[in-house]
Amino acid sequence: MTPLPAAGPIIRAGRLLTVLGLLGMAVVYLLALAHTPVEARQGLAQKIFYVHAPAAWGALIAFVLVGIASLLYLWLHDPRLDLFAEASAEVGLAFSAVMLTTGPIWGKPIWGTWWTWDARLTLTLFLFLLFLGYLTLRAAVRDPVERARFSAVLGIMALVLVPFIHLSVYLFRTLHPQPILLKPSRPSLPPAMLRTLLVSMGTYTVLYLGFVTLRYGIGLRRAALLREADDA
Amino acid sequence: MPPEAPLLEARGITRAFGAQRALRGVDLRLGPGEAVAVAGPNGAGKTTLLRILAGLMRPTTGEVRLADGRTPRDPAARRRVGLLSHQSFLYDDLTARENLHFTGRLYGLGDLAARASRALEEAGLAARADDPVRQLSRGMLQRVAIARALLHEPDILLLDEPFTGLDVPSAARLRGFLAAQRAAGRGLVIVTHHLAEAWGFATHVGVLARGQWAQLGPRPASLEEFLAGYQELVDA
Amino acid sequence: MPEAVRSALAIAGKDLRLEFRTRTGLLSAFVFAVLTLLVFNFSRDQSLISTTDLAPSALWITVAFGAVVAMNRAFIIEKEQGAIDALLLAPVPRGAIYWGKFLANLAFVGLVEALTLPLFVLFFNVPLGPALPGVVLTLVLATIGFVAVGTILSAMVVRTRFAELMLPVLILPFMVPPLIGAVQVTARLLGGRPLTEVLGWLRLLGTYDVVFVTLCTLAFSAVVDE
Repeated sequence: MTPLPAAGPIIRAGRLLTVLGLLGMAVVYLLALAHTPVEARQGLAQKIFYVHAPAAWGALIAFVLVGIASLLYLWLHDPRLDLFAEASAEVGLAFSAVMLTTGPIWGKPIWGTWWTWDARLTLTLFLFLLFLGYLTLRAAVRDPVERARFSAVLGIMALVLVPFIHLSVYLFRTLHPQPILLKPSRPSLPPAMLRTLLVSMGTYTVLYLGFVTLRYGIGLRRAALLREADDA
Repeated sequence: MPPEAPLLEARGITRAFGAQRALRGVDLRLGPGEAVAVAGPNGAGKTTLLRILAGLMRPTTGEVRLADGRTPRDPAARRRVGLLSHQSFLYDDLTARENLHFTGRLYGLGDLAARASRALEEAGLAARADDPVRQLSRGMLQRVAIARALLHEPDILLLDEPFTGLDVPSAARLRGFLAAQRAAGRGLVIVTHHLAEAWGFATHVGVLARGQWAQLGPRPASLEEFLAGYQELVDA
Repeated sequence: MPEAVRSALAIAGKDLRLEFRTRTGLLSAFVFAVLTLLVFNFSRDQSLISTTDLAPSALWITVAFGAVVAMNRAFIIEKEQGAIDALLLAPVPRGAIYWGKFLANLAFVGLVEALTLPLFVLFFNVPLGPALPGVVLTLVLATIGFVAVGTILSAMVVRTRFAELMLPVLILPFMVPPLIGAVQVTARLLGGRPLTEVLGWLRLLGTYDVVFVTLCTLAFSAVVDE
């Protein structure tokens, strides 16, 4: 049986990164509320942008890394890759949930509607659904080796699917001209806003790394405990 | 004289299902004309071992090699291995003949119609050959399953409880057939709960317990003595 | 004929023979499709929504649901008596097994579609005439894509708990690009627009087919080989 690395140091590293990420969040909130100008047309509602866009960024990293880990797993059959993919998918699900809740909260005052089939919004919804399907499949397979193979295949297929979804919802949208009210405005960002956004993106990246490391460590510990139980 | 090259050799086979270890280091050397009868309690890893020997399952560690150094997962090696599982591998709504024809096509066998008829004849199923196997009795089904597993005349026969469901004459006929296969230089591994069924033609006997050999060696002379010590072997 | 092609055809032929002997899968998929069409017809307010507005989505949702029902069966017949192991033991490349199941699924789903299409014309009273070749082409292109994906997914879900529930959950996101494309093309063609106007969509459908048929053929071994 492949020896797995010790979970303890990884969990500790994950905790440290997570704490750093959470501290970073405090800085982001301070910057966003106190040190970034209020956007002229959207008002205070625009502030949610500093959470929404970085969460989307985190979800996207998570998604791509699930796909890459899946591909590597089918090549190397290393159980650590599977544990990583599982961790990344769970964190990705959480990030895409943040993105899906903050989107409509912003959309209601700005677009005048909670939900619209905007290409990007639709894509994020499908990211969420794909994470959900991926984790549902994992929960339904008992043998861990089989679970790893199946979810790796699904992870790769999902990664290939996303450009197709993006293209088709984009084509779909261009066929239906959007009402003026719903038109998302994307002016180039003033430097202060850009700075806050970048700090937030960095923070979310650290948070992603922290959560994933922590979750990966928990996965390792769980695997180790199961093995101990089998040896006893 | 050096020992004959084995038909199949397994070294250090382990297999884990997640944290559970079904096999914990199993070696097996199967020479031509040898028949290994494998017994052991439920959950000892017998079925897993057969599946690994057949190349259906990848061992977690260790390896299986055929005479020419190929693994049983190699497509060319598959023709030389036949597996009878505890499942029939048959399609219930196809007839016995259709099932055999389908298998023959997958193996690219020539003269399929005659070969299938002969196999059905030998299995004593000529009269029921064109009924869907759903309508056959348990014993007949087992006979079709055996005919299916051996249709391509493999050198290595891996049989999981081949006598299940067979009546006395069919079982006797199968014993005679397997003895003849062994005499013809083929290698057999027979998993069974009733060693008496395979004792007559077995050359070796193995007892698998908790994923390891509790014993593996040439068949002792007396079945009664062996059975008397069996429980001790399993519990040790 | 290369051996792999012969094996794939043998597997597909076996599936068709089994299906026509029992007819359970095909029949239930067809009845399901008819019922879906009926539900669509009764769930619309006839004074507000014209049939031609509803027709494309009704057709495609019916086709998609019918396909899921049909494909669920593909690997159940292989699992019942462990026959999938016999396929894996045979000297047949894994890609050929995938193609055998894929071709059989294409035949089933295609047949369900062929039976549904006339009923669709009848119930929705759509003037299919001149649009027919284009609609059939779209049906073919879209079907290849989601059947390719459905075949590999059904090989997975058959080995999970709650198999019949898992397939829809997993496949629906993969059906989105073919369905959006197919609905758009069908709406345009039924609206009397020329085929040239929907070339972009058709290209998207075709690309999806090539990409996923290739990917699933390659990935199938990872699903079935333990």
